[in-house]
Amino acid sequence: MAQVRLTGIAKAFGKVTALDAMDLVIDDGELVCLLGPSGSGKSTLLRVIGGFETPSEGTIAIDGVDVTHLPPERRPTAMVFQSHALWSHMTVHGNIAFGLKLRRLPRTEIRERVEKVLDLVGLAGYGARLPSQLSGGQQQRVALARSLVIEPKILLLDEPFASLDQHLRERLRDEVRDIQQRLGITAVFVTHGQDEALAISDRIVVLADGRMQQVGRPGEIYAEPKTAFVAGFIGAMNMLDGTLAEGEVVAGGLRLAAEGAGPARLAIRPEDIALTEPEDGRTVTVRRMIDFGSHVVIDSALADGTHLRIQTDKTIRVEAGERVGIHVEQWTVFRDGEAPSRYRSDTVRPFREVRRYA
Amino acid sequence: MTDLAPISPFDASPSAVARIARRAPVDWTGIAFLTGLAVVILLPLVVTAVWAFAEVWRFPAIVPQRMGLGYWQETLSRHDVWQALWLSLSITTTVTVISAAICFPAAYAFARLDFPGRNMLFLAFLSVQAFPKFGLIIATATIFLTLHLIGTFWGVVLIQLVGTLLYMIWIPVSAFQGVDRRLEEAARDVGASPMRVFWSITLPQALPTLFAAILITFVNTFYETDAAWLIGLPNVRTMPMVMISFINNALEVQYGAVLFVFLWVPSFLLMLAARRVMGADAFAKGFGG
Repeated sequence: MAQVRLTGIAKAFGKVTALDAMDLVIDDGELVCLLGPSGSGKSTLLRVIGGFETPSEGTIAIDGVDVTHLPPERRPTAMVFQSHALWSHMTVHGNIAFGLKLRRLPRTEIRERVEKVLDLVGLAGYGARLPSQLSGGQQQRVALARSLVIEPKILLLDEPFASLDQHLRERLRDEVRDIQQRLGITAVFVTHGQDEALAISDRIVVLADGRMQQVGRPGEIYAEPKTAFVAGFIGAMNMLDGTLAEGEVVAGGLRLAAEGAGPARLAIRPEDIALTEPEDGRTVTVRRMIDFGSHVVIDSALADGTHLRIQTDKTIRVEAGERVGIHVEQWTVFRDGEAPSRYRSDTVRPFREVRRYA
Repeated sequence: MTDLAPISPFDASPSAVARIARRAPVDWTGIAFLTGLAVVILLPLVVTAVWAFAEVWRFPAIVPQRMGLGYWQETLSRHDVWQALWLSLSITTTVTVISAAICFPAAYAFARLDFPGRNMLFLAFLSVQAFPKFGLIIATATIFLTLHLIGTFWGVVLIQLVGTLLYMIWIPVSAFQGVDRRLEEAARDVGASPMRVFWSITLPQALPTLFAAILITFVNTFYETDAAWLIGLPNVRTMPMVMISFINNALEVQYGAVLFVFLWVPSFLLMLAARRVMGADAFAKGFGG
């Protein structure tokens, strides 16, 4: 069992509060992503767990043992750094074996464990190379192997793939997820990439300004954001400022059913807007059509000029300047200090015949 | 629509390559700059080196009338030359070792520790070079006189130590600052204590630049003349002192030229070898590059 329990963790650098009163339990074998924009406190939180920063307040317990004031070398954690942090004066074998040598293991056991972990990360036979002789992806695998070989209870990953290209990043994150599940190790993964967080994690912790905004499963965070920040940060979202009155929310010329009164923010996912024929009165003007291959995104303008992104079927074709009707199928209304209200339309309306490329 | 097939540089035809080569502009400014530098730096060295092997070279001959190793035999058979060489090597090695022992820990402290007056102290170390060196030596000489250090081995060592502070503190400070903290954190993360991190990670990472500082200090100290002259003479005659006396007192310039080549070639080869082993970046990092 390897559980991490954070209780009331706060961290201040001078007058700047980096983390504020965080409570979180990460269960055994779970992969939790800390997701947030730059400066949200996600890396600081990871460094607090790893022992590189001491919290100003609160406690950290791993498997019920208080490790709040233990230095990194005495914690059962291992971190994979964004910059790989490989020691250039040591070979790949030397990098991975360093932690084992510190534990004074027999030479044969060290060699066996290094070879085993190199095999695990797909770098068998690379032991004699220097880090400078490896590609970025290979270097990151060595960094992962160096952390895994000491068999930590908690694996910490600080934006490990940020410096890699898109394809390699996707491949490596799948490999990391696979290895983490095979070993059953508890992992905390810091990223600012929402796709990465949605793809890899059991749970996501969304952070902003040093505070936890929401903790939940990826699908739950996407479908049911608890704050306007989470709604805007996770996935594409149309966020419109509006007003609630007489059972409606009015924003950017759109009128949708909603309870309450006063100022509000209307959130609509691009994929929750369907195209209809323009005669029902709720129309937009197409500004640009972006063909992603798997789907089409239409950048459109409402009557008052407010931009509205619409995601639709890959076979749909519209022209810039064309007026099309829209039908909002799901929407969420956020009001300060209140839980968000979610609405769904039952009506399904057909759109024109699909236009295909010749 | 026309399909455009891009030509890879590796597949380009020889004529295309030749055409590209012809079009390459000639950097005349660069060539002129390089030639000027070569003339200013290399010409005196070459002339002096030729003098070392010239037995007869009279005006207006462009090349020596007779070459030979006569002056080499005469110079290198002198007992005082070898005595001065060993003395210079002893002083230089002693100065470099003591300087490293004092300056490297100080440099680490300046680079990594946060203590009151850090910047002021760092500036104080470097400010030694801000004053006219000769004045500093004279002021020190008056103190050394009362301490009976004038004309002694340790007197020369002490005064030359002062001259090493700039390179042996400034360059190592940059070296230690240049070691990525995350490399050290990664070592602690896998279980290394702070002391182990220093020996296994920080020091090896900084070592090429520290070697550069040692090398520069060694060469500078070996050729140092002002302090050695004012503090060392008459008892302590280092190699550069002997060379100066040869040049000043001998009618033939060849004696001085022989010693010049004798001293310059090994240090030049040492610098070349060090640069090859350590890489140019070790020198650059030392100066904050």
